[in-house]
Amino acid sequence: MKSIIDFVYLVPLFPLIGFLINGLGRKNLSKSLSGIIGSGVILASFIVSVLIFNETRAEGFTVTTVSLFEFINVAGLDIPFAFQVDQLSAIFLLIITGVGFLIHVYSTAYMHEEEPHHFARYFAFLNLFVFSMLLLVLGANYLIMFIGWEGVGLCSYLLIGYWFKNTEYGNAARKAFVMNRIGDLGFLLGLFFILQQFGSLTFTEIFAQAQGAEVGMLTVITLLLFVGAMGKSAQIPLYTWLPDAMAGPTPVSALIHAATMVTAGIYMIARSNILYTLAPVSQTVVAVVGLSTAILAATIAIKQNDIKKVLAYSTVSQLGYMFLGLGVGAYTGAVFHVMTHAFFKALLFLGAGSVIHAMHHEQDIRKMGGLSKKLPITHFTFLVGCIAIAGIPPFSGFFSKDEILVNAYAHNPILYWIGLGGAFMTAFYMFRLYAMTFRGSFRGTQDQQQHLHESPWQMTMPLIVLAVLAAVAGFIGIPELFAADAHRLEHYLAPVFEASTKLKNAHMLSHSTEYMLLGVSLTLIIISIVYAWNRFSKKPETNDASGFGKVLANKWYVDELYNNLLTKPLNSIAAIFNRYVEKAGIDGVVNGVGKSIHWGSRQLRLLQNGQVGTYVLWMVLGILFLYVVTIFF
Amino acid sequence: MPINYYIILAIALFSIGVMGVLTRRNAIIIFMCVELMLNAVNLLLVAFSKMHYSNVVSFNPSSPVGTEAQVFVFFIMVVAAAEVSVGLAIIVMMYRNIHSVDVNFLNRLKH
Repeated sequence: MKSIIDFVYLVPLFPLIGFLINGLGRKNLSKSLSGIIGSGVILASFIVSVLIFNETRAEGFTVTTVSLFEFINVAGLDIPFAFQVDQLSAIFLLIITGVGFLIHVYSTAYMHEEEPHHFARYFAFLNLFVFSMLLLVLGANYLIMFIGWEGVGLCSYLLIGYWFKNTEYGNAARKAFVMNRIGDLGFLLGLFFILQQFGSLTFTEIFAQAQGAEVGMLTVITLLLFVGAMGKSAQIPLYTWLPDAMAGPTPVSALIHAATMVTAGIYMIARSNILYTLAPVSQTVVAVVGLSTAILAATIAIKQNDIKKVLAYSTVSQLGYMFLGLGVGAYTGAVFHVMTHAFFKALLFLGAGSVIHAMHHEQDIRKMGGLSKKLPITHFTFLVGCIAIAGIPPFSGFFSKDEILVNAYAHNPILYWIGLGGAFMTAFYMFRLYAMTFRGSFRGTQDQQQHLHESPWQMTMPLIVLAVLAAVAGFIGIPELFAADAHRLEHYLAPVFEASTKLKNAHMLSHSTEYMLLGVSLTLIIISIVYAWNRFSKKPETNDASGFGKVLANKWYVDELYNNLLTKPLNSIAAIFNRYVEKAGIDGVVNGVGKSIHWGSRQLRLLQNGQVGTYVLWMVLGILFLYVVTIFF
Repeated sequence: MPINYYIILAIALFSIGVMGVLTRRNAIIIFMCVELMLNAVNLLLVAFSKMHYSNVVSFNPSSPVGTEAQVFVFFIMVVAAAEVSVGLAIIVMMYRNIHSVDVNFLNRLKH
């Protein structure tokens, strides 16, 4: 009997159709029509995803591979174009299409000032983005994943540079693309090593053989794959593109940060969990890089004044936590955090978009303040998002972050204490952002104050839905501590991580330790929230930071460092090559050939003088020449 | 008579023809030189044919081998006659157009 899983190809097919319609018909479609098509196709995907999700929850569900067609079949290498449906991909499908749909609906209102053909272009790219991401999570082998992997990179470039007339935005788009390409190179090399080691790129085949493979080889493979994840998921040292990606429209930021793109790295490692479990060195690297990123980004976020930049660094920081989770073997916790993060970060970004919309494209929080009365829905939902990300129970962020941190403690207490510092800072900068935006008195211009308005329903509806999700999504992963057997997500995902769980010697923490950790983290977080709320409501920062704050405000000067260390030397080398190799060498040769042929043909042209006698003379000389040749040689 | 004499005579005639074509400017003279070259070849054909025939005849008196080339010569003469009539007609037309038979005036091929 055919089940809905056999129709899994519909999930990416709908956004692809939407992309084609909007992309090809952008000159002819009206704005409302392209908005409806753009959102409708995602809704259709979402419905199919829900049906598939239901199927995967049923008793006796096994991993299903749906082969569509033969993709590559040469010299013993067989890569089918196949989709794999299991619990992990099903949950990602839900996140991508669900949150993606809300963002599409939101965009119809947020982008309404654009011209119709740009509007349709926007939706076409958005659809393509979702399509690529779906391909990434559905692929049954690393190659299909890689196609999606490259696809999201391309779409992020297209969308970050959506307002391409602004050179700075164009630069940000290029930066994102180049940084991603660096990561992609690592990923690609990882694939080649996998191919060499296992002779296949299909997940099930690789993971079945993984236990017999050499640890050194696995370490190389996993580290290279992690380089790819660094680029895509914005980890040290390739994280600087993500904050710059704020150049795109705000819903795009929400899409990149919440539903698609940055979670690709997490998904990839969660998918390859067995490889990482078998390579402890790589796991340590993942955990350390994740944790350092979490801390570094959190410190930067404290001093940012652009509403979107704060959120961007908080994304980098939260992604760091997810990698920490992956690194300490808490795969469920990492996926859980991806999910809750998708809800509250999409909520926060869309809320920020609503604020920016109301403020007429003002993004500096120093010029906001006191918006809570004018934008009640945005204010309330934003507050929910802040609480969720800060990790106050029973909001969703608490459960997922707590799971990661507790696992980190079980792995190594030092990781926990440092991670806790990051959580503390998270609460601080989020409530600094909240207080400076919504509390206190309005600091903008008169003109802006008069035009403050709540956004239309297309924008508030997604906010409300996401706020509800951000508030309650944590209940699918209640830890053992509060109720036995209540972690439904863990049960659901257990088959995916089965092999890794078997290998890991579980260190269980005693309940008293867990309560202690919980108490410490909650106290710290609440203190920092109360402090930030009070301080920034009453006396918001209006001046530029000085002293150490300036270092933070300038992002530890990492961009400048990269600029001086890499970009400038590369540029000067390129200039030298341009001048001496390109202009003098290659151009000289090419132009020289052209010139000499021109000159030579001018000389040869004189032979054709129109005198029959001369032609006959040449003929006779030719005959004589041939005669001499045949006789003497 | 040895075949060498015929060959040398033919080469001499042919070379005179070539030199005439190359050096003279009068179209009629050039035309005559072309005929000279043609007939030098005819002469060779006949000479070789005769030599070949006498070689074969000494073994087999009734063989017809060696007579074909002499038939060719008649064909060449007929074709040459036809060609002469066309060529002379061209020269007449040329004279009518430029009032001269000097080929150096005919340099329009380069345009």
